[in-house]
Amino acid sequence: MKKLLPLAVALFAVSLAAGCASKRAKTDGAGEESVASSGATTTPDDSASASGIESAGSVGGDMGAGAGPTGELANRRIIYFAFDSDEIRPDDQALLARHAQWIAANPGTRVRLEGHTDERGTREYNIGLGERRAQAVRRALALQGGAELQVPTVSFGEERPAAAGETEEAFSQNRRVEIVYGN
Amino acid sequence: MTKLKLLLPALSATALALLSPAVPAQLRIDITSGVTDPIPVAVARFAQEPAAPTAAFDFAEVIRQDLERSGRFRLLPRERMPGAPSRADAVVAADWRNLGTDYVLVGRATAGPAAGQSTVDFELLNVLNGQRLLSERLVVPAATARNGAHRIADRVHEKILGVRGAFATRIAYVSVDGAPPNQRYQLLVADADGEAARVILESRQPLMSPAWSPDGEWLAYVSFEARASAVYVQRLRTGERRRVSARRGINGAPSWSPDGSKLALTLSGSGGNLDVYVLELATQALTRITDDPGIDTEPVWAPDGAAIYFTSDRSGGPQVYRVAPTPGDRPKRITFGGGYNARPRLSPDGTQLAFVTLEGGGYKVAIQDLAGGGSRVLTQGRFDESPSFAPNGATLIYAGRERGQGTLATVSADGLITQRLKSDRGEVREPAWGPFLR
Repeated sequence: MKKLLPLAVALFAVSLAAGCASKRAKTDGAGEESVASSGATTTPDDSASASGIESAGSVGGDMGAGAGPTGELANRRIIYFAFDSDEIRPDDQALLARHAQWIAANPGTRVRLEGHTDERGTREYNIGLGERRAQAVRRALALQGGAELQVPTVSFGEERPAAAGETEEAFSQNRRVEIVYGN
Repeated sequence: MTKLKLLLPALSATALALLSPAVPAQLRIDITSGVTDPIPVAVARFAQEPAAPTAAFDFAEVIRQDLERSGRFRLLPRERMPGAPSRADAVVAADWRNLGTDYVLVGRATAGPAAGQSTVDFELLNVLNGQRLLSERLVVPAATARNGAHRIADRVHEKILGVRGAFATRIAYVSVDGAPPNQRYQLLVADADGEAARVILESRQPLMSPAWSPDGEWLAYVSFEARASAVYVQRLRTGERRRVSARRGINGAPSWSPDGSKLALTLSGSGGNLDVYVLELATQALTRITDDPGIDTEPVWAPDGAAIYFTSDRSGGPQVYRVAPTPGDRPKRITFGGGYNARPRLSPDGTQLAFVTLEGGGYKVAIQDLAGGGSRVLTQGRFDESPSFAPNGATLIYAGRERGQGTLATVSADGLITQRLKSDRGEVREPAWGPFLR
């Protein structure tokens, strides 16, 4: 292990360089490639760094807080869901209408919808369920704000819980879609 | 495969910070149940020539631990052994027989043939009938002495039980540290006994779904490092890493074809409809396999390459389906019992299907005979998931929860033997058992 340290350092230098040199992926931009047409790139994006088995690479820095609505609306960016459901509660429709209006009035601000599930069920299937929720919110926003509202979605499934624990309280906080501004 | 661009700037402070030791969580095995009538075996201390580079390494102890933890054997404690023979012809069979031992393994190590290597000769004796079952020689580099011991244990397991042992194999898994929303994710590879864990990737964003290439050289996985899912493949020896799918929407659930040339994976496009695709790694050619408005995901290749099994909720709740890995084939439903059957994995011989089933309010690992159709539940947890077969098909590793923490556990395919692999910190999940090493 110790003998390999210089190699590990070199790998880091190389991989960081590759990360810096490559273009940042436009993972949340509108009008990107569709599933069928895109190819793959060969360099990691963002701060990605690969590593040999003897050393750890580190990737994926925190998301920065971005521009978005201020005041009360800024604190009400999360839509919660019932178990195994992607149905938006009637109370939340009014909230989504206000977000839709804000988004329509601020076309320069990036917005995206992050879908999440609780931890019950298998992980990749939950990625699908989180996506379903994000798409339901996307459709609701489009309905409220006009068809030109093209808000991208991402699903984290159960991988980024808001609350830890195996209680119904934690589960209910984790079944959500977050409206994220400025990323 | 393409290498990372070789640009060499001065090493930045960030790079040094990243190098600060990411000490991997250690896994420890507890046997929680074994067979009622284990086979009595003794492993005598291996004699070592003083000049042998492995002189300080206790082969017999590692072999003893492997065999004991398999749940199939009962090991004679060293202090009760009638002597310390290192050759079969020095074993007095009656002395061992009288202690209730059926088999005795002896061995010896000498220096060479090359520097840093030992030559290990080992013999397995049936002391009931005096038959010598094994007499083999293994060249063991001192740096990988543990692996040498695991290989010897594999041979003993095979000779006595008729099934190759899977001690000299590796597992990949994900560990998570920290409280939400500030979690740190690591992708690790360890020996099958949990030793020698190495972090191969670390991220502030989720890492998931590790999958071994058939040759054991690469892992495919999903990383959210670019703030959306993407599928990567990474060569374990070098860390060489390649992003193979970062399409709009979901990129998930990679599974290697048996010949290693393709990945099955899940893509959603911007419309959010998950379907199963096959990606040819050399050409990037993409073939759509399923086309359904429901969620189609968690594909896995059958060992003969003739079918892909996957999860779909096209009929309501998630169920396992089978489809040919070519466009246009109509998927056939495979699981029927209960309302939730997902994340299939095939046994190495292709005859058994392991999956996650919802039963009595808990998610459990179940196994189904593909020829006979009947299924049985193997585990008792509430959050059991991610089953993965050992390459000998005898054991499955899976993830569960205990006192609010994610842990790994194994269960034999017959359900008789269970073990827990406890992590000393953080949560461990998504185990994937690697193939036999060459």
